[in-house]
Amino acid sequence: MALKVLLGNEAIAYGAVEAGVHVATGYPGTPSSEVLGTLAVLAREKGFYVEWSTNEKVALEVAAGAALAGARAMVTMKQVGLNVAADALMTLAYLGIEGGLVLVVADDPGPHSSQNEQDTRLFGRFAKVPVLDPATPREARDMAVFAFDLSETLKLPVILRPTTRVSHVCQEVDVNETYDPRPVPGFVKDPRWVCMPAVARARHPWLNAQQEKARELLAASPFNEIQLTNRLGIIACGVSYNYVVEALARLGAAASLLKVGTPYPLPERPVLDFLRRVDRVLVVEELEPVVEEQVAALAYRHNLRLPVAGKYDGTIPREGEFDVDRIAPAVAAFLGVPYAPPERHALPPLPERGPVLCAGCPHRASFYIFKEAARGTNAIFTGDIGCYTLGLASPLKAVHTCLCMGASIGMAAGLWRADPKRKCIAFLGDSTFFHNGVPGLIDAVYNRADIVVVVLDNRTTAMTGHQPHPGTGRTATGEATREISIAKLAKACGVNFVREVDPLNGKEAFAVAVEALRRRGPSVVVMKSPCTQLLKPQGRYRVNPEKCSGFKFCVDTLACPAILPGEEYPVITDKCVGCGFCATVCPADAIEKVVET
Amino acid sequence: MKCDVVIAGVGGQGNVLASRVLARAAVAAGLEVRTSENIGMAQREGPVASHVRMGKGLAGGIVPDGEADLLIGLELAEAVRALPKLRPGGKAVVSTTVIRPPSVLLGASTYDVDGLLGYLKERVPDAVLLEAEELAAAAGNRKAANSVLLGAAGALDGVLPVTADQLLDALLATLPPRLHEVNRRAFALGREAPGKAGKV
Repeated sequence: MALKVLLGNEAIAYGAVEAGVHVATGYPGTPSSEVLGTLAVLAREKGFYVEWSTNEKVALEVAAGAALAGARAMVTMKQVGLNVAADALMTLAYLGIEGGLVLVVADDPGPHSSQNEQDTRLFGRFAKVPVLDPATPREARDMAVFAFDLSETLKLPVILRPTTRVSHVCQEVDVNETYDPRPVPGFVKDPRWVCMPAVARARHPWLNAQQEKARELLAASPFNEIQLTNRLGIIACGVSYNYVVEALARLGAAASLLKVGTPYPLPERPVLDFLRRVDRVLVVEELEPVVEEQVAALAYRHNLRLPVAGKYDGTIPREGEFDVDRIAPAVAAFLGVPYAPPERHALPPLPERGPVLCAGCPHRASFYIFKEAARGTNAIFTGDIGCYTLGLASPLKAVHTCLCMGASIGMAAGLWRADPKRKCIAFLGDSTFFHNGVPGLIDAVYNRADIVVVVLDNRTTAMTGHQPHPGTGRTATGEATREISIAKLAKACGVNFVREVDPLNGKEAFAVAVEALRRRGPSVVVMKSPCTQLLKPQGRYRVNPEKCSGFKFCVDTLACPAILPGEEYPVITDKCVGCGFCATVCPADAIEKVVET
Repeated sequence: MKCDVVIAGVGGQGNVLASRVLARAAVAAGLEVRTSENIGMAQREGPVASHVRMGKGLAGGIVPDGEADLLIGLELAEAVRALPKLRPGGKAVVSTTVIRPPSVLLGASTYDVDGLLGYLKERVPDAVLLEAEELAAAAGNRKAANSVLLGAAGALDGVLPVTADQLLDALLATLPPRLHEVNRRAFALGREAPGKAGKV
């Protein structure tokens, strides 16, 4: 055993190693990505298999195959990734598994870096698979180990659902680095692995019975804990438990507590025991009233007449992330004690600071080029999920829609159907293209949609921390593999006009963009240039004051973080990575490469 | 005993690394830790606030408003933005580094350097102010500004539950050996800052 300071996501990875995981798969997504990233590093040393899959559905299918053969498998994704994997999960619960299968699905209350704040606990209930909801990294590690055993006992996939404040919280954790996997028994043929309607009819009662069995097993787990002090009860789920404990300390108040670590199926025994010992109860949980509804139903069925406060009576917010400051007033109101918020001082005006495209980011060039090529046409730019969503900000304002992974292509086609006089241009990243862009592109070819698809190929999955993907020629564990060409794939899908060009080669890329817009689509332009974070700076550029007209065209059109407005003429700072795109756009030809002496 | 620290800055300034160093030092000193930050979109020059909690009997990772014992600011406006986290009488070590975001460059918002400095001095009269990036540059690498500020924080009397030497050990244990010399110098320059600031 060694004591390490670990992120919750790292702690989960170590838990999987301790449990003897054989196969781990996933698709990157904040706040989940470090689980598989850590496993990929440990895999080389311990000898298990790790892959970044093309998308979450494939990841779950690979893990499901391994689990059918009796291997222990883990699959990781963010909350919206589970929507992609949902088709596989919903029926896998009917089939069941042999080896333990644990889905790590990280939720993002807030949301901090997601397009919605859906609650995976509710998804677990929908799919009829147990959900574990840790409060701390250490508990997340313990739950990861437990989840494999639970999965094998129930023959069901199990969801471990950390939130941002577990995934991205560090804690000191005892790590057992021994990897001692048991042998994989191998696949045994059985008609029940084929999900025919007759199988579903036979398995549905079994699946429902497993819910009750799960309830019993979770009641016996160490993750639900009662602390009795008085007749006022607070039930808190996952990270909310931390905030309740701290709120009580801040208020100098006491309440009886039930910490819930297993929100679905909610174990009856500890909850009933708790409800019988209090006069009123408050349920504190982020997002949906998953525990609250089960508590209310349980109380009703057992004829316990006590008020249940929470989301339905408005005591607890139903949206956003919690912290002590949000929870303390609600706890005070429930307990009937005074609450004095911390003294607040009005802050002076502060600069707005949102995330922006990095200095030298090739996406900035791609957006600029297509904006110029489509100038005056009122074109619609459909966007997608990745760093390039930041193209929506001023001055580019080059993202007009963003829905979900790969949606840019289908939405461009639909917009063009309904508004056919306008050019519809879809922008999506390389990893996103492989993830879910390909079916949209085939649809556009098959149904003859006159759109342009721009693949922003920066040779990595940048936003989530530079994971490899099928176009990079590298696997999760760093081995060389077949590099899948986006341009060849587009051609194979039946696209006639396919061009690959470097957006930092501004003139050539502009000519390609003009041609792509002129042709009847669908056409595909692959804007290929590596992410600046993967490269050493390629020199630096400077503004030549003798040539600069002082219009600050570069500042106003590009907003590159390396270019400051300066007093008389713009100044290029040491953030410059030497992409040179500003030199291409400068109307006065006043930006030049710094010659090292 | 509990010590809450908030480290405020802009994505890319080494904020997360500084929080890890504090956590490592605290664990080496036999304490529990929690750190918390937003990773993801925030790293692209967005605001980043790392929270570090050290002590015994800790619960959540988020420092509540008005409870931080120490604010470490890598950038002036971000330090001011994080001030509501500081408790009355809490300490602050702030770099006067100014990073103007595109919204300011494009005229959509303002960055009043003197106004922000004045507000900071009024709210935290004994704040240690230093130009951490310049000191880091003097040490050999501007990117070591986080080490300068850790040095300055370590030199404050009775604020952190670890000594400056424990902090330096944790810093060096976190960094690859090729960065040790620069960061050792940067930490030392920061460590001298509180005394100097007092004499001005």
